[in-house]
Amino acid sequence: MPRAARLALIALTLALAATLWIWAANALWTSGSPVPSSVHLPDLSPGSYFSPAFLERSASYERFLYVVGLLATLTLLIVLGVYARRGHVLMRESAAGRVGTGILLGMLGFAIVWLAEVPFGLAGVWWERRHGVSHQGYVEWLIGSFLELGSTFLFLALALAVAMGLAGIFRRWWWALAAPIFVAIALLFTFLSPYLIPDTHPLHDQRLVADARALERTEGVDGARLRVQDVHESTTAPNAEATGFGPTRSVILWDTLLDGRFSDAEVRVVLAHEIAHLAHDDPLRGVAWGALFGVPIWALIALLARRRGGMARPESVPLVVLGLVVLQLLASPFVNAVSRHVEAAADWGALNATREPAVQRDAMRKLSTASLSDPDPPAWTQLLFGTHPTAMQRIELAQAWEEDATARRP
Amino acid sequence: MERTDLDPADPLARPIRLVVTNDLKRARLTVLFRLLLALPFLLWLGIWAIAAFFAALFNWAIALVLGRPNEDIHGFLARFVRYATHVYAFLNLAAEPFPGVSGRAGYRVDLEIDPPGRQNRWTVAFRLVLALPALFLSVAIVGGSASAYDLVAASESGTRGLSLLAVAAMLGWFAALALGRIPRGLRDLVAYALSYGAQLWAYLLILTDRYPSSDPLTAVEPLPTRADPIRIENDDDLRRSRLTAFFRLPLTVPHLVWLSLWGILALLAAIASWFATLATGTSPQRLHRFLAAYLRYQLHVGAFLYLIGNPFPSFAGAEGTYPVELRVAEREPQNRWRVFFRLVLALPTLLLGAAYGSLLFLVAVLGWFAALFTGRMPLGLRNAGALGLRYTAQLYGYLFLVTESYPYSGPCFEAR
Repeated sequence: MPRAARLALIALTLALAATLWIWAANALWTSGSPVPSSVHLPDLSPGSYFSPAFLERSASYERFLYVVGLLATLTLLIVLGVYARRGHVLMRESAAGRVGTGILLGMLGFAIVWLAEVPFGLAGVWWERRHGVSHQGYVEWLIGSFLELGSTFLFLALALAVAMGLAGIFRRWWWALAAPIFVAIALLFTFLSPYLIPDTHPLHDQRLVADARALERTEGVDGARLRVQDVHESTTAPNAEATGFGPTRSVILWDTLLDGRFSDAEVRVVLAHEIAHLAHDDPLRGVAWGALFGVPIWALIALLARRRGGMARPESVPLVVLGLVVLQLLASPFVNAVSRHVEAAADWGALNATREPAVQRDAMRKLSTASLSDPDPPAWTQLLFGTHPTAMQRIELAQAWEEDATARRP
Repeated sequence: MERTDLDPADPLARPIRLVVTNDLKRARLTVLFRLLLALPFLLWLGIWAIAAFFAALFNWAIALVLGRPNEDIHGFLARFVRYATHVYAFLNLAAEPFPGVSGRAGYRVDLEIDPPGRQNRWTVAFRLVLALPALFLSVAIVGGSASAYDLVAASESGTRGLSLLAVAAMLGWFAALALGRIPRGLRDLVAYALSYGAQLWAYLLILTDRYPSSDPLTAVEPLPTRADPIRIENDDDLRRSRLTAFFRLPLTVPHLVWLSLWGILALLAAIASWFATLATGTSPQRLHRFLAAYLRYQLHVGAFLYLIGNPFPSFAGAEGTYPVELRVAEREPQNRWRVFFRLVLALPTLLLGAAYGSLLFLVAVLGWFAALFTGRMPLGLRNAGALGLRYTAQLYGYLFLVTESYPYSGPCFEAR
């Protein structure tokens, strides 16, 4: 085939793929009962909800963590850059054949990153302890994060075994076959994830259980598992999550949310938010978003790996690890935007279910206060790190819902 | 294990040497009452230990000042350690005759100790601290603690800690009662533990500044050369990558998960093999090969995890891919009765396997520090770990009907 025709074919294929991607992204973005586009957030002043002392303290607290986060990211890139150039020499430490050696190189890359990031992790623990957000000891954190490497390595080994195994057979097009396998693995782990979360027990408070069941009926969810995770020994920050799908869908409340600092009504707001995630099938949509971002990333990784002879060769793994991390970093503003969109939709769903905007405002204010998070952080930090709307945006959303409801009242 | 260029050419060069001249026959009557018969000697040893404690303090101070131990005190402490070895050899069935009360040389399991020589004052000053790793290791080999030579620990050592010495002595007791002789492997295993204990005490009591060697290949002389159906070929060069050593545990996690999944299939294959071998008298070829591959992979992963080997192993358990390699003989006909009762017959080996498991754990912990600091695995630790891995492989091979040969419990050289 002539070169021009081949280029035209590639361009056409790329255009088609991009169109398909945009269509799928738009379909996902608009699904799951998002906040109506007619809703406009009022411009509220943080000073009306938070004391000046808290605003200053939380901004200072988060500023340090942002700096540490940026430095850690910079270190990550430098270390992986060096590793991408020199990492292949570690092949001599393997007797594991092609795929096994690739797995070793992948794991060692992240092991070196862990070593390089230890100072930043310890600095973060020090800062959180200093502000009373964390109770975790330094050694405890060190050992815990070292042992967590085991689970990281397990996933990495699985991913590399699939990628390198397929690359050994299908050469350039391995990523197209790997993508559905990765999606299947992601689905499996999302399904099992409620059982992989440690230190959980059933929610014993019968009033909250009854509230949760009522909210489930309102939001159209049936019989989610209600669990409490014991985290009070390591942190004071409150949190909750919705995970699993089908028979495993669960709402997990941190026990720090139930330690008396939050009223039943405020906990109910949190429950409503998490149940809204389940009602919108957000765990499954998360897998779909992962696939949507993952496919182009793996295609680019396959291109990158060709510089070292292709994904089938273990020498390519250090470069692949660097490429993967860089692409994930580049994608993170978009991924964060999706996450914020999904969280706002869950807030809206919770407001529709509880119809208590004042309680929601109070809950958001208290959540922000308890975790010492800046209610109105700089825009760039939201872009890079913000997986949830800011506390002020969530308060403003509750205000907007109230105004909308008042306007709709006859 | 086998002789390699890395093995010390002459174990007699060690300042503390265990000499075993005793045969394997045992009188059932003295075996039955062995603990009671040993009580007077243990009591006498306890009294002697009090004097030895004060003598050791003097010896320590003198060695610290003069740079060498006092000859008379050295002689007294050497005799104490020798006598303790005699008593514990008798108690643990490594030797048959009564040990006497003097600690004189000439007993069937005896100790040769070099005369006092110059010692580094720094190592004398910090002897107790320096001995800590050896003390930890002695928990798995000798049992209990540094007090393995005192009466209370001796009486309890069979019930706590599952040390090699305690388990070997207990199994040896049953075997000697039944057969009138102690199996060679168990006798040599007891001798290995006694040798390590004697070296440790000699080091602690400033009789020598040579660090105790945990190498089972130099502990007892002579060792048999065996050609078991399941054996290890060890071509490890002792070099360890500091990076992979530091992350050894998390790096092994994918292997451990894979090994567990493989283990489920291996268990099902072993059950199928049990029925088939009962029916035909021989394990089916495919099952034999599958189980042999599983055993090989298990050994590779164990060698990597416990730092007995350096490179990251493959996930396939393929033969000839790892420096610490398992060789499994072709299948052979098996006695159906022994197949039928395999699980019951394997019970003693499981007990000893647990004791070897403790040894492997401590080898890994101590080897981890050694590898991080020096980039090498000490030969003694490596060989002790290889002994544990070999026994574990033979145990599973026996349990999974890969072979009918009973696991050999003691140290030995492997025939290539």
